[in-house]
Amino acid sequence: MASYRKLKKSAKKEGKFAALAAALAAPAIGAAAPGATRSLTMPHGIVGVNLKTISRDVPADEPPALVTNDKLNVLGKPTRRLDAHLKVTGQAKYTYDVNLPGMLFGRMYRSPHPHANVRSVDTSAAERYPGVKAVYIIETVVGSAVERDPNHKNPKVVSTGGKFPKVRYAGQPIAAVAATTQQAADEAARLIKVEYEVLPFVTDLDAAMKPDAPLVYGGKEVSMGETGGGGGAAKGLTQKGNVRGPATKSMFGGARGDVEKGFKEAEIIVEGEFRTQVQTHAPLETHGMVADYRPDGLTVYLSTQDTAGARSELAELFKLPKTEVRVITEFMGGGFGAKYGAGNYGVAATNLSKKTGVPVRLMLDRREEHIAVGNRPNSVQTLRIGAKKDGTLTAMQLVSHGTAGVGLGAGVGWIAETMYLTNPNFKGEQYDVLTNAGPGAAFRAPGAPQGAFALEQLIDELAEKVGVDALALRDKIDKSEMRREQRRVGAERFGWSKRQAPGASPGVVKRGVGAAQSEWGRFIDMDSSCEVRLHQDGSVEIRSSVQDLGTGIRTVLAQVVAEELGLQPTDVTVRIGDTNYPPGPGSGGSKTTGSITPPARTATYKVGQELLAAVAPALGVAPSELAFVGGKIVVKNNPGKSLSFREAVQKLPSAQISATEKRKDDYGGFFRPGVSFGQSGGIQFVEVSVDTETGYVKVERVVGAHDCGRPINPLALESQINGGILQGISWALYENRHMDRNHGHMMNANLDQYKILGSREVPQIDIIMVEEYTATSSTDALGIAESANVATAAAVANAVYNAIGVRIYELPITPERVLNALAKSKQKLGKI
Amino acid sequence: MNAFQWTDATSVKQATGQQTTPVADAMLVNAKPESATIFKAGGVDVLDLMKEHVLAPGRIVGIGNLPKLNAIRADGKEGTHLGALVTIAQLEHDGGLQKSYRALTEAASHAATPQVRNAATLGGNIMQRPHCWYFRNENFKCLKKGGTVCFANQAGAENKYHAIMGNQTCSAVHGSSISTALVAFGAQLELTGPQGVRRVPLEQFFVTPEKDVQRENSIQPNELITDVLLPAPAAGTGSWYIKFGERESYDWALADVAVVLEQRDGRCTKASIVLGAAAPVPLRATAAEAALLGKPITEETARAAGQAATAGATPLEQNAYKVPIFAAIVKRAILKAREA
Repeated sequence: MASYRKLKKSAKKEGKFAALAAALAAPAIGAAAPGATRSLTMPHGIVGVNLKTISRDVPADEPPALVTNDKLNVLGKPTRRLDAHLKVTGQAKYTYDVNLPGMLFGRMYRSPHPHANVRSVDTSAAERYPGVKAVYIIETVVGSAVERDPNHKNPKVVSTGGKFPKVRYAGQPIAAVAATTQQAADEAARLIKVEYEVLPFVTDLDAAMKPDAPLVYGGKEVSMGETGGGGGAAKGLTQKGNVRGPATKSMFGGARGDVEKGFKEAEIIVEGEFRTQVQTHAPLETHGMVADYRPDGLTVYLSTQDTAGARSELAELFKLPKTEVRVITEFMGGGFGAKYGAGNYGVAATNLSKKTGVPVRLMLDRREEHIAVGNRPNSVQTLRIGAKKDGTLTAMQLVSHGTAGVGLGAGVGWIAETMYLTNPNFKGEQYDVLTNAGPGAAFRAPGAPQGAFALEQLIDELAEKVGVDALALRDKIDKSEMRREQRRVGAERFGWSKRQAPGASPGVVKRGVGAAQSEWGRFIDMDSSCEVRLHQDGSVEIRSSVQDLGTGIRTVLAQVVAEELGLQPTDVTVRIGDTNYPPGPGSGGSKTTGSITPPARTATYKVGQELLAAVAPALGVAPSELAFVGGKIVVKNNPGKSLSFREAVQKLPSAQISATEKRKDDYGGFFRPGVSFGQSGGIQFVEVSVDTETGYVKVERVVGAHDCGRPINPLALESQINGGILQGISWALYENRHMDRNHGHMMNANLDQYKILGSREVPQIDIIMVEEYTATSSTDALGIAESANVATAAAVANAVYNAIGVRIYELPITPERVLNALAKSKQKLGKI
Repeated sequence: MNAFQWTDATSVKQATGQQTTPVADAMLVNAKPESATIFKAGGVDVLDLMKEHVLAPGRIVGIGNLPKLNAIRADGKEGTHLGALVTIAQLEHDGGLQKSYRALTEAASHAATPQVRNAATLGGNIMQRPHCWYFRNENFKCLKKGGTVCFANQAGAENKYHAIMGNQTCSAVHGSSISTALVAFGAQLELTGPQGVRRVPLEQFFVTPEKDVQRENSIQPNELITDVLLPAPAAGTGSWYIKFGERESYDWALADVAVVLEQRDGRCTKASIVLGAAAPVPLRATAAEAALLGKPITEETARAAGQAATAGATPLEQNAYKVPIFAAIVKRAILKAREA
């Protein structure tokens, strides 16, 4: 995730890792903010647990503290998406729908070989094909790792095996064509003739680690490339053959204590090797761009989750000032972490537009989407946990390997390090293994679902050895107050007390229940701005380049503005997804809401204050005696005396007033580069049925208890958590990239054989939001997207164990794996 | 997808006079696809093949609008005629079929998605090519396309969905779950060509890889399936069909089975058990049938038949798990057919 890399970089620069870890463990309350401040009394704590008020010194121009949601009119109330009707009626324009006058259609030519030097590229036949207007040969490949090379600033040197970029995976783009119809472009791309020197390759994780394995980067050391590859990879690690690492540090500190001593003190040790598979993002809308390169600047319509970031990359690549690059994403059909940057397709489309002088639309097809633009890397991890007889943790040790193909970032996250902070001793070693497969990319909580799959199963195993309930053990070893409450309310809603012993469910089709916990950092992008405009006709507008990844930020922004001005969300015009507006955050790391809602509220507050000052004389009171209530401006002590909002704006001295605000440091000074204090929690309870004759697993029921600070739109939140759970079930049971190791091709690069959960696989889902007020910003809102996805697969695995009494250590949990596990356990029993 | 010419046929006679080639022939590596003419009805499979660039015909004859081929007609004596253009959705919802050929309507209702079932025709479903991912990938010139290798049978290949029986030459399974049921009912095909009409039992229409690895059936150039006849079931016939996939929504069968049973005086007098996704053709499980004949149908005999169904299976590296799944669903289908 681009943003993580950025924040890690800056964190390192400022040397604040240790301070950050300390802040996570024990937040200092009441630390002073720099500059002019005033004191606010704010709600603080978990509703139903420890809600109270505290005093915070905040920048003097910040708005007054918001009360809790139960006392508000718009925030925290289920609100229908402003664009719901546009979307379901097909009026919403996605990148795919952009159709400009004179526009050409693009298609890429990709290598059929997983590893090869390109000797020559002959585009003459393609150029002659009727309707073809231009051909572009790719000069440098973005999105994968790059060789660490002294000349690496020169794109001609990076990744080349001669004149052309070296091919390192089947499906790597080599060239692109633009033609007057999509069909002509498709056909012409197939006429490009490339002469290859085919090289030995390796796609299998275990095979790539062998000393005699073909070398993906010729043994040269690599580092992270640009454009969205991987969930971030540490810099400067050593590399042996295809194996790079170990990464031992996380943004939360890395190793602590002495694991050897910890394991010596242990009375119980549980250990397991866990394997997870490659998952491709498979968003409904594939990656793609419409590029319109004109003498006065470049405008691109891009399916991206970071308009501002894409603009920076395009400006750099095409040597244009940012003022001459505009990125527009009015609507986008899903990204899940893979849609950062310009991409090879975007660079190709822009070059083709530059060559032809007309717009070019280049959208990937489904096969390309699976193969070339990102995936969740696979993993093999060995986790070892030591504990006292009573369950007190003494040590945890983690070793992981994973492959992000030709990219980096195949770690399993840091939840083994941070979920159970009572554990005094931790050591983690995470290795990246390079293979000749498409590059990984950030994917909804990069690494964390993999990490949870091991950690949360092993904690369950430990509970069984200790002889206590799985939740009771967590009550003992988990310091998080939030998760304690979530365990309590979740267990009650789910009916956890009715669970049976593992394998005790009778009959052929057995039922089982399981739970697993979630954790995700509260990421914030300080570079998040927006402008709020108030017009004399009463219309209100908020503008930011922030894009709606599909999570509903458009509606959330309208709610924030509406609450502040006493209006309804439908009264607010939200203009987003365009870099002509103030730069908003990228939508990754679950940081959109936490980053953009505070400046949105502050900017609204400021125009509101200006409006109150303008109308105060007419109402004969000081501005401070006025309030926005129910579409009116009323005198607080004399509610009968008021002006309607429309009457009020006519008193403005100019046709429009506006305020632009940027995300400020967290109140209380908790903010460290890139994150707010603490982490989001969550727990999911799952009930499955398992057919012991066929191995078929079905998720019947899920209860999720989650938190995201102050919930803004419970309807969208529920929807997003539903999505996280469904994507988690889909990964747990169905999705798998089938890569033919003999020839290096993905065999199921379609939505027919790449199996994503369908409507009949959707269980009953029940979501509980636990409200928390952190008193860290003017909205106290935080994200949810990723924590909703972290626990699911682990919870499914724990439920399968409870059903059949046999643990499954590898994803996806297919009929094949269930039958094999049952057969193995029968054999074992037979031997005893 | 390539550019092609289009002709819409208005009669069977006109259609069969168009110099058409079976799709299988048009897909051979050495064929000149641009000179091939093929039939298209619902187009579900043909368009998939074209989008994957493994089929690129120069000309397509649309047969979706041919008259009189879209009806289901019960004929008291002979049985029930299914026109070749009857959609899978029609099969699924037909009351008469639901009553007398339950295994068929079960198979129809579990095929693909409701949207696909509305477009897909019976003839096209029978004629669909295998869904082996090596066969459908243009980078793999496999035996079926006139190449020299079965990539699915190579050591280390991805073959978890492939055949566990009859898989020595080619291990692609037949994708038509409708055919699994039709064979169990002893369906007869009516094929119309320029020379006239021929009738062939569906079971014999399919050919094994050993007989002809490039084709799954014996359709001839210029020939169309025009009718499928389901023989009238004898009194006391019960049937059932079970499809087992990794998902319930929109998935191919990992294993499916159709069972048609006749019982008299508490004993099984006739059994027809057909396995789908087990072999390159819908496969009669004769050992399973034999295990039931003359015996009462009980949990025990059904279980024995399930075990017998895959006797002699030769699983590949990744698909041995299919064997117990077949045993389970054959047993379950027999017990359901007993009640049906």
